[in-house]
Amino acid sequence: MTVLAQRPVAVEHPEHHEGPTGILKWLTSTDHKVIGMNYIVTSLVMFFFAGIMALIMRAQLTSPSGAVVSLQQYNELFTMHGSLMLYLFAGPFAFGGLANYIVPLQVGAPDMAFPRLNALSYWLFLSGSITMMLSFMVAGGAAAFGWVAYAPLSEATFSPGSGPDLWILALVLTGFSAIFTGVNLITTIFYLRAPGMTMFRMPLFTWNMLVTAMLILIAFPVLTAAMVLLWCDRHFGTHIYTVQGGGVPVLYQNLFWFFGHPEVYILALPYFGIVTDVIPVMSRKPLFGYKGMVFATMAIAALSTGVWAHHMFTTGVVLLPFFSLLSLLIAVPTGIKFFNWIGTMWRGSITLNTPMLFCIGFLLAFLMGGLTGVMLASPPIDFVTHDTYFVVAHFHQVLMGTAVFAGFAGFYFWYPKFFGRMLSDRLGKLHFWFLFIGFWVTFMPQYKLGLMGMPRRVATYQAGLGWQNLNIASTVGAFIIGFSFVFFLVNLWVSWRKPVPAGDNPWDAHALEWFATSPPVHHNFTRLPPIRSERPVWDFHHPDALTIAHGENGHGKLAGTAVPAGQD
Amino acid sequence: MAVLVAVALPLVLAGCQLPTFYGFRGSDRQGHDEFLLYFGTFVAALVVGGITGGLILWSVVRYRRRSHDAPMPRQFQYHIPLEVAYTVIPVVIVLVLFAFTVLVENQVDAVPSDPNLTVDVYAFQWGWQFNYPDGVVVRAETTTDPDPVGPAGLGGPACSPVVWCLGPGLILPAGKTTQIDLRSRDVVHGFFVPEFNFSRYAQPGVLNKFDFTVSKPGVYRAQCTQYCGLYHSLMFFHVVAMPPSKFHAWLSSETKTTTVDAATTASASRQ
Repeated sequence: MTVLAQRPVAVEHPEHHEGPTGILKWLTSTDHKVIGMNYIVTSLVMFFFAGIMALIMRAQLTSPSGAVVSLQQYNELFTMHGSLMLYLFAGPFAFGGLANYIVPLQVGAPDMAFPRLNALSYWLFLSGSITMMLSFMVAGGAAAFGWVAYAPLSEATFSPGSGPDLWILALVLTGFSAIFTGVNLITTIFYLRAPGMTMFRMPLFTWNMLVTAMLILIAFPVLTAAMVLLWCDRHFGTHIYTVQGGGVPVLYQNLFWFFGHPEVYILALPYFGIVTDVIPVMSRKPLFGYKGMVFATMAIAALSTGVWAHHMFTTGVVLLPFFSLLSLLIAVPTGIKFFNWIGTMWRGSITLNTPMLFCIGFLLAFLMGGLTGVMLASPPIDFVTHDTYFVVAHFHQVLMGTAVFAGFAGFYFWYPKFFGRMLSDRLGKLHFWFLFIGFWVTFMPQYKLGLMGMPRRVATYQAGLGWQNLNIASTVGAFIIGFSFVFFLVNLWVSWRKPVPAGDNPWDAHALEWFATSPPVHHNFTRLPPIRSERPVWDFHHPDALTIAHGENGHGKLAGTAVPAGQD
Repeated sequence: MAVLVAVALPLVLAGCQLPTFYGFRGSDRQGHDEFLLYFGTFVAALVVGGITGGLILWSVVRYRRRSHDAPMPRQFQYHIPLEVAYTVIPVVIVLVLFAFTVLVENQVDAVPSDPNLTVDVYAFQWGWQFNYPDGVVVRAETTTDPDPVGPAGLGGPACSPVVWCLGPGLILPAGKTTQIDLRSRDVVHGFFVPEFNFSRYAQPGVLNKFDFTVSKPGVYRAQCTQYCGLYHSLMFFHVVAMPPSKFHAWLSSETKTTTVDAATTASASRQ
């Protein structure tokens, strides 16, 4: 095993010195790492705003006829909570932040394929985020039609004012941002892979981002178009979504969910990718069923384009069996992923550090959210639970499982790469356990509330229905979740004030990003290891523990000696 | 599949003696079919979730790295027969679940050709209107704190607890098939009676037809589920199932023309 050149001491790339520094660097950079970090910071700020909105809503629901906020304020809060979480956090954090930073490193590229387009994506995203937040400051308040903005409720007749306009504008801006990022990721992955990095040697995170980027190109233009049409209805006198002018309101639902369901997987697949990268590293084993995992990802993406109407089972205007069957079938590739994750841990040597704990939190949360998702894919059961708290609990378990548990698994996993310093494992574990307990306390009561008939998006409910105690439990859980992020912020603070150097490869990891310095130099690599499997860095450090393709046939290659982690 | 068959058998035999798993058994015929499907799916989900969750936790506990110099695990990656197995088995489970789903949904969505009664239901911001044959109209808005409509005042069963009777009452004959023709006057609303295990959107430009055969007289709480604007949280109604004789007495007694008082109470009027 040879390396092309002896590793030099990590020095900044010469051209780096010519560029601006400080704030000007952050404003003008086209470096994928700087832009990625911009995305991560911006989307986390949006995540905290949206989380605070959730806590206000939970406070409102602790008592029947709660008076923390007014009906109108509550309606604005749940609209903006959903919009911020889905459009400005969960997606951009994954495909704008982590993918932007990590994918070029994982394929051995110096940058994204179109660095300036990448910068444009970020600035569109930031403009969209600011536009959406500004809607709180206009007369009439922010949009109050839910994150789905169903027409005709979102028409000017029922939602007048500039708050809804700003909301629509924000979606158009961030929609273009996502599309450009999708183009950039696909081009990078197809054209900028290092020699030896064949498609079937790419880490699963990169694979998942490739499939996600394709879904973005399928879904986001439809959303952006739907928003432009809505804008025309509101301002130019068209009647695309109104009955009065001969339009079809349900067209909006079809367009929205044609985006909206692939969107769910745009928000999920990157996080599956994170977990699929972290679990093998922390189990000291190759990913079990690598190719099956790739095909499962593709199958999920393909199926996800044909299931949108399962959000419309109760409309009475969609073909139930078709959408039901396709929705149920998604359980199959998802099940494959679960068993591959289990197979990776099986007979492994599992280190239960912070990233791994977050991955296990993801597995359990997503298992629960997935099973209730299978129930919801059956129209008769959806008739019972549609638009109730059962659905609220379901999609929070899915989306928090992915974007929060898996998302923070990725953050804790790659933080040493971003900054060259470690986060405290003890504080990380405290963050995990509070989040984990709060998560289950928040959402399990909501399933029961839904089955008792509590609709979602209600600012108030009546006493005497037996809903209060369950709501109080849910609120307590939500505040535990909120509190858990104190440990996260303290952890960042401690790491900033008292840095613990991480080295290049603190986890004894597999993929190419761990061969770069921490943080990587400008244009990422001064040399690369030979790429002969999907674990080039592992192969480099553990030439005695190469992957045995077929488990039952490789007993002779059992490596019996320990190799200390993190040597370089 | 064995799981679902094992579930289906006691379903047929035991009927209402099953645990509810927090759901409603369904107070009308179709709602009960939905409950049975929910029950079977819930049991299947418990089994699948138990096995998968158990495997996750077992792997974590059993294969946890206990010392720093633990031996290197064997670096195996594929096991084709196993992978085929956990692809094929879920496909079979899904197809069985789908078969039951189609059976139940066809029953639920079937609309009778000759219902005993047809009621036109209109949802609007923010309230409900129920139009009966011969011009009897029950209507109320819920933009202000809605008063309980005493179905006792309509000659029906007592309304208890009182929160079940907020908003206007949809009065039906128990034991008879009532068809609902559901429309919206403005935005999308949701017609939801939890105890009937059923909901359906009321949409502008769309006419949705469905039917209930309520098993026994009673008052059933109902509410708008699809978010429809400012007072969505207050858009209640309730369903009152009366013995058919009482129902017909109520319908024919509604002869006076009264002004619909939108803000305070539901009122029955002949227009």
